[in-house]
Amino acid sequence: MVDSPVAIIDSGGANIASLRFALQRLDADSVLTTNTNVIRRAKHVILPGVGAAASAMHKLQKTGLDEVIPKLQQPVLGICLGMQLLADGSDENDANCLNIFAGSATKLPGSVSHPVPNMGWCPLKILQSNPLLSGIYDGAHFYFLHSYALPVRGSTLASATHMGDFAAVIAERNFYATQFHPERSGSAGSRLLKNFLEIGQ
Amino acid sequence: MKNGRVVKGVKFRDHEIVGDIVELARRYCETGADELVFYDITASPDGRSVDRRWVTEVAAVLDIPFSVAGGIRNIADAEDILNRGADKISINSPALQRPNLISELANRFGCQCVVIGIDSFERNGEYHVFQNTGDPEKTSDTGFATATWLTRAISLGAGEIVLNCMNMDGVREGYDTRQLANLRTNCEIPLVASGGAGSMQHFANVFSDANVDGALAASVFHKRLIDIPELKHFLKAANIDVRI
Repeated sequence: MVDSPVAIIDSGGANIASLRFALQRLDADSVLTTNTNVIRRAKHVILPGVGAAASAMHKLQKTGLDEVIPKLQQPVLGICLGMQLLADGSDENDANCLNIFAGSATKLPGSVSHPVPNMGWCPLKILQSNPLLSGIYDGAHFYFLHSYALPVRGSTLASATHMGDFAAVIAERNFYATQFHPERSGSAGSRLLKNFLEIGQ
Repeated sequence: MKNGRVVKGVKFRDHEIVGDIVELARRYCETGADELVFYDITASPDGRSVDRRWVTEVAAVLDIPFSVAGGIRNIADAEDILNRGADKISINSPALQRPNLISELANRFGCQCVVIGIDSFERNGEYHVFQNTGDPEKTSDTGFATATWLTRAISLGAGEIVLNCMNMDGVREGYDTRQLANLRTNCEIPLVASGGAGSMQHFANVFSDANVDGALAASVFHKRLIDIPELKHFLKAANIDVRI
């Protein structure tokens, strides 16, 4: 079996096709898997996810991936719920997560002028430069689709605002994450995915 | 959409063919549309589901979100569409016939995937929800007041509302900002305006007067009456936060 350069961890979400197509447009082959050997050997690993943190964690625990993911050495990118899974936990059903990023996801506050879920294009405020954000300008819009978010901490590369700032991009050692969906964020999102695939090359 | 082609009517009637789905999707994506919605208007009235091969083809070329509407009656229909790469599913008539479908879909896929389309028609100053609007022969008044159905859909787990103002559809005289502004006060989930866009000012008005999260339009883009990049610069100049 030939190793795939990008392993997408199957955490049970339904939005995997759009991510695979986005990688395809960058000429990157990907495989959707829960196989720990395939994941360990991949050059890059992506942890996507849509839905609730507790059920996604349960799925990772069933396959032993909750033990494997924190030990990965190659670049790992969490997307949306995947970002929250890499954190300490989520208030959504009090889920315990993978403890890579400090902090827990909390429910976004909502109002008529700031609906929850936060669905749509929000501008990024870039806080720190990083190869992941190469070529992405402050104020560039990305597509968000979420009800929970992580607080801004020292490892936050960029924030976004929804009645208060939350972490939009995080980097900690070889672990990266975006609260938005780069695969659905037009050319800026495509650039970010390309940057991720170039890390460690 | 009807039989694999993109079509557009006026007030939900007299549809004419606009073009190939994938080509049109690509053109809108490249010119800066923020999101696309594909309605299979023949699906619900015929009691059948959409032919879904095109969903995969569209997902492969788009790098912006898109939703699919038409004949989604159960979890299996929704799962098939989402697995093919759509970001959201939009439900209209089937939710009116069986409101619990909204909860079932929200529980399974998360409310962020579940868009409820509401076709609202005004008669004698009252707004009512209509169903099976894809086929003039089968279109009927459900008897629900639009505001009542909106509240019910939200409580059942809707993640977004697309409100189609049927009186304004395809006539390009502006969105029904009065109705939308009223509904906005009871809608703490994203609200998208649909029906009536005819000029760039109409877009600016619906954002500033009704505080909607998005504005949907078809004919002005299909007929190339409004250029998307020009529209976005116009909105930005009007202090509306848009992606350029």
